[in-house]
Amino acid sequence: MAISVDIKKNFKGFSLQVKFDSTAAAVGFLGASGSGKSMTLRCIAGIETPDEGKIVINGKTVYDSQKKINLRPQERRVGYLFQNYALFPTMTVEENIRCGFRGDKAVCRERVADHIKRYRLEGLEKHYPAQLSGGQQQRAALARMMIGEPEVILLDEPFSALDGYLKDVMQREMQDFLKEYPGDMILVTHSRDEAYKFCGQLMLLKEGKTIIFRDTRELFQRPVLLEAARLTGCKNYTGIEILDRHHVYAVDWGMCLHTEQEVTPDVMFAGIRGHWMRPAKEKGENCFPVELVEYIETTFEHQYVVKNKEQEGASPLWWMCPKSSFASDPEEHLPEYLYLPPEHVMLLK
Amino acid sequence: MEFLQEINWSPLWISLKTGAVATVIAFLAGLFFANLAMKLRPAARGILDGILTMPLVLPPTVAGFFLLILFSLKRPFGSFLLENFDIKVVQTWKGCVIAAAVIAFPLMYRNARAAFEQVDVNLRYAGQTLGMSDRQIFWKVIMPAAGPGIASGTVLAFARAIGEYGATSMLAGNILGKTRTISVAIASETAAGNYDTAGFWVAVILILSFVIVAAINIISGRGMKTRRWI
Repeated sequence: MAISVDIKKNFKGFSLQVKFDSTAAAVGFLGASGSGKSMTLRCIAGIETPDEGKIVINGKTVYDSQKKINLRPQERRVGYLFQNYALFPTMTVEENIRCGFRGDKAVCRERVADHIKRYRLEGLEKHYPAQLSGGQQQRAALARMMIGEPEVILLDEPFSALDGYLKDVMQREMQDFLKEYPGDMILVTHSRDEAYKFCGQLMLLKEGKTIIFRDTRELFQRPVLLEAARLTGCKNYTGIEILDRHHVYAVDWGMCLHTEQEVTPDVMFAGIRGHWMRPAKEKGENCFPVELVEYIETTFEHQYVVKNKEQEGASPLWWMCPKSSFASDPEEHLPEYLYLPPEHVMLLK
Repeated sequence: MEFLQEINWSPLWISLKTGAVATVIAFLAGLFFANLAMKLRPAARGILDGILTMPLVLPPTVAGFFLLILFSLKRPFGSFLLENFDIKVVQTWKGCVIAAAVIAFPLMYRNARAAFEQVDVNLRYAGQTLGMSDRQIFWKVIMPAAGPGIASGTVLAFARAIGEYGATSMLAGNILGKTRTISVAIASETAAGNYDTAGFWVAVILILSFVIVAAINIISGRGMKTRRWI
C-alpha cells in the first residue's frame, strides 16, 4: 500500500509543487486555506491534471507526463468524499448509492441494501439529500463511495461542515468505518487535531509547496522547520544564538535554554508548545520569572500569555494549563516561574 | 361572426406542427452546443457563444436572408439537396421548420447553458470518481439537476418558434395550407384589409402565448419555495 506523488502545476499567481511517498495507510494533508491541499487531492483523483510529474497508486501509474499516461477518474478507482458531499440532489439515498456500484448487476441490490445498513441509513432509502441532516448526508456519501470498493479514498475536509457535537460523533463513526476499510486514505484538513487523530503520516503544505512529509508523531515532536512548528500549532518560538551542543540563548525570551536535542549549526530558532511548559517554585535551569500579559479563559483550559519579568522587551509566550473545574481560579494557578523541559524544546530551522 | 364559419384552420395546425418540430430540433441542438460550450476554455466559449446567439439579436429577416441564400435552388447547397436527397426547403413547410428552429435555437442554448452553469461542478466530478460514464453523468445527474432551467428554455423556444414571422416569410413564403402560419396569416390578412380574420388569429396567438408563459412560471417555480415579498 503506497501512494507516490511528485507533481507540478502552474496557475495565475499560484504554483503547486507537491512531492511525497506514503507508506502509512492514512496520510494527512495539513495546511491553511488555499495552500493547495484540495488541488493536490483533485490531481490524485484525476479531476484536475497537473502540468508535469508522476502519480503512482499501489504500483499503478495513473499519471505520468513523460510517458503520456493520464488515466480518467473512472479508471483510477479512487474514492472522493467532497467537502459538500456532492450527493446527487435529484436522486434518493438508495439511487445515489447505486450510482457508486461497479461490477455484477445481479448482486447490486443486495450490496446496496448491505451498505444502507452498514452506514446506518435504514429508513432513509427513499429520502432525497435535501431531507437529510449533515451527518446523514455524510454517511450517504461515504456509503456511495465505499460501495465501489476504491483502492484509495480521499476525504476533503470531511468534518468542516459539521458543528461541534456532531463533529465528534462523526469522527468516531469515521474511525469505525475506516477500521474495516483495507485501502489507503488521504485526509485533507486544516485541523491539527484531526490530522493527529487520523493520520500516520503528514504532509504540510504552504502556498502550494510541500514543506515537509513525515510520520505524524515525529512531526509533532520534532517539526524541524519553523513553518512546520507553526502549522502543527506551536505558538511559542524565538530566535537563538548557539552556545554549545546542548545550550542556546533564546533571544526573544531573554533566557538560556538547555536542550535535550543536539544543537546543529543550521538551527536558527527554538520553540516550545504551550502545553508542555510546567510551573516552578524557584529559579533554576530553563526557568523564567513570570509576568502576566493577558489571560484567556477557554472551556477546559486556562490560557496565559506571559513574559520574562527580568527581561526588558521580551516576547510573550503562551502557556496552556488544564482546568480542574469551572470554578478554578486563574490567579491561583499562576506560578512564580515557568519551566521549559529540555526534552520539549524544539530546535528549528 | 359568420366569418368564423369560413375560417381556414390550417394556420393553427401549421404553426403548432412547425413549433413542435422546430422545438425538438432546437432542444437537441441547444443541449449539444450548451454541453460543448461548458467544455471549452473561456475564450473559445465566448466566441462560440457570440456566434450561436446571433439569431437572437439580429432581425429575423437577416437570418431569413442567409437561409434563403443557403437553400436557394440556384445555389450549390440548395441544388445539392434537391439533386441528391430530393429535399426542397424554399417555399415549403420544411422551410417553416428550419426558419423557426434557427430563430428559437439561441433561447434553448442560452437557457440550457445557464442551467448547466448552475449545477454544482462537484456533482460531475463525483460521478466520474464513482466510475459513471460521461453519458450516464449527463443524462442521470446533470440533466435532472438542470431540469427546471432546461424546461423553461424549451417552452420559450416553443413560444418563439410558433410566433416566428420574419425568417419564415422570407424562406417559406405564404402558401395557404402549406406554409401559412398564424403570424404570416395575421400579416397577410391585415394587408388585405380582413381585420376580422386577422383579429381572430391575434386572439388565438394571445391565448397561446399566455398559456405558455404561465406554464413556464409554474414549471420553474415548482420545487422552489419562493418567498413572497411582503
